[in-house]
Amino acid sequence: MNRRRLGQAMPYLTVIGLLIVWELVCIVLDIPEFILPRPSRVAVVLVQDFGAIWFHAQHTLYTTIVGFAIAVGFGMALGVLVGSSQLAYQGLYPVLVGFNSVPKVAVVPLLVVWFGIGTVPAVITAFLLSFFPVAVNVATGLATLEPELADVLRALGASKLDIIRKVGLPRSLPYFFASLKVAITLAFVGSVIAETLASDQGIGTLVEQASANFKVPLVFAGLVVVAALGIAMYALFAVIERKTTRWAIRAVDVPIGG
Amino acid sequence: MQANSVADTPDMMVEIDDVQLTYPGGTLAVEHLDMRVQRGQFIAVVGPSGCGKSSLMKLASGLVLPSHGGIKVAGQKVRGPVKIVGMAFQNPTLLPWRTTLDNLLLPLEIVQPYRGRFRAEKRQFEADVRALLATVGLDGFAERFPWQLSGGMQQRASLCRALIHQPQLLMLDEPFGALDAFTREELWDVLQDIWMQRGFTTVLVTHDLREAVYLADRVLVMSARPGRIIADHVVDLPRPRNLDTSFLPHFTDLVHELRDLIRAERAGA
Repeated sequence: MNRRRLGQAMPYLTVIGLLIVWELVCIVLDIPEFILPRPSRVAVVLVQDFGAIWFHAQHTLYTTIVGFAIAVGFGMALGVLVGSSQLAYQGLYPVLVGFNSVPKVAVVPLLVVWFGIGTVPAVITAFLLSFFPVAVNVATGLATLEPELADVLRALGASKLDIIRKVGLPRSLPYFFASLKVAITLAFVGSVIAETLASDQGIGTLVEQASANFKVPLVFAGLVVVAALGIAMYALFAVIERKTTRWAIRAVDVPIGG
Repeated sequence: MQANSVADTPDMMVEIDDVQLTYPGGTLAVEHLDMRVQRGQFIAVVGPSGCGKSSLMKLASGLVLPSHGGIKVAGQKVRGPVKIVGMAFQNPTLLPWRTTLDNLLLPLEIVQPYRGRFRAEKRQFEADVRALLATVGLDGFAERFPWQLSGGMQQRASLCRALIHQPQLLMLDEPFGALDAFTREELWDVLQDIWMQRGFTTVLVTHDLREAVYLADRVLVMSARPGRIIADHVVDLPRPRNLDTSFLPHFTDLVHELRDLIRAERAGA
């Protein structure tokens, strides 16, 4: 019982421990604030400038969620296509892998040329970074269907669509929800990258401008907010995953005899 | 159809005439395969591993079409999936997100004429599922999920799923292969009971010779690949058979005969 409670408290203890070490290192080594500010100083700035930080954070949250939503829709459609058609798989998979290996930072300047500076490049970067895991996971869920089960259904006259609807899609749901957790964090990365390079709003812009002015505590405050948002989104999708696909997480269930 | 093929008789469930199946890539799975199964009969097919027993399953259920020769099921030439067939495999392949009840309803959501009536008559179908579950000793387990059932219970449910749309032909591919010996013998009796009640035709592919002799009216022996039928043994043991039957000298003799045949076939392969 005590051990369990300790386990639950471990994430918080770890964070507090790290912050204390960080604070002490800064004090003992007398590190200047524009190199590495103390966490207590970051906290003060976070409270002082909360209005400005929150303004930018909202914008980042907005571009992230829009990009993420498009990525989920597109990734799912692509995953269904690649996972259910051998030809689509053979044609698209190498292209997708190639596309995914292009660093998205390098694409942002191109997006600026096409769409100008602002919200659109950030949304697109968030989308580009996050659709891939969704597509791959949905495709995997569909493609790993047991051949015997497909035979049972095909012998009954099931169409390809029947099999995808009744078996393929429900089967790939755990993969899908697992991918959402990964995708939302990647979408944040995408938004912030694009904002840093080409925007006048968002946490990325805030961090970029603050560091240009040597306001390093503000840089850290911005980063803290992005991390907090990322954790919150991750947690949200983890809860949704557990609620919707209980059957896939069944380690605790013991089969009954007979 | 060749004129010299055996005359069609109305009480034949499966008629396979000089069938050859070549898979893409050139593997010859079966060749000169001839087989007749009478309506209501229980047939077991045994043979060395890799002899094309699974190909036989796919051919008879219309999942693959022969490269040469003709197949008829219930007097109809097979041109695609044969919907009057129910199938079960060694892997029970129940859907983990559906309860046992919903798993058994799945075929009715797909196959006609049930599909068209599914919404209107769901209640009746559920009652049918529960009745069928009761005949295999699974009453009270309809609301459980498959992963809450033991291996033997899952296989019972899988058998029920193969039978829920009242198929005329039941095709089983080593359905009890992954079970322990006691559970397997229990399920032999379950299968025999339900077959005797309902009178559907059964083709059981197995490599357990005791299982074949225990359950079947006729045991067909397949050759090594490319598979064809090399022996056809009638099992004239009275029904219902029980575990005592399996200790009769005649039972043991039949098993030994089959074993010798397969040993010779393996040595020749």
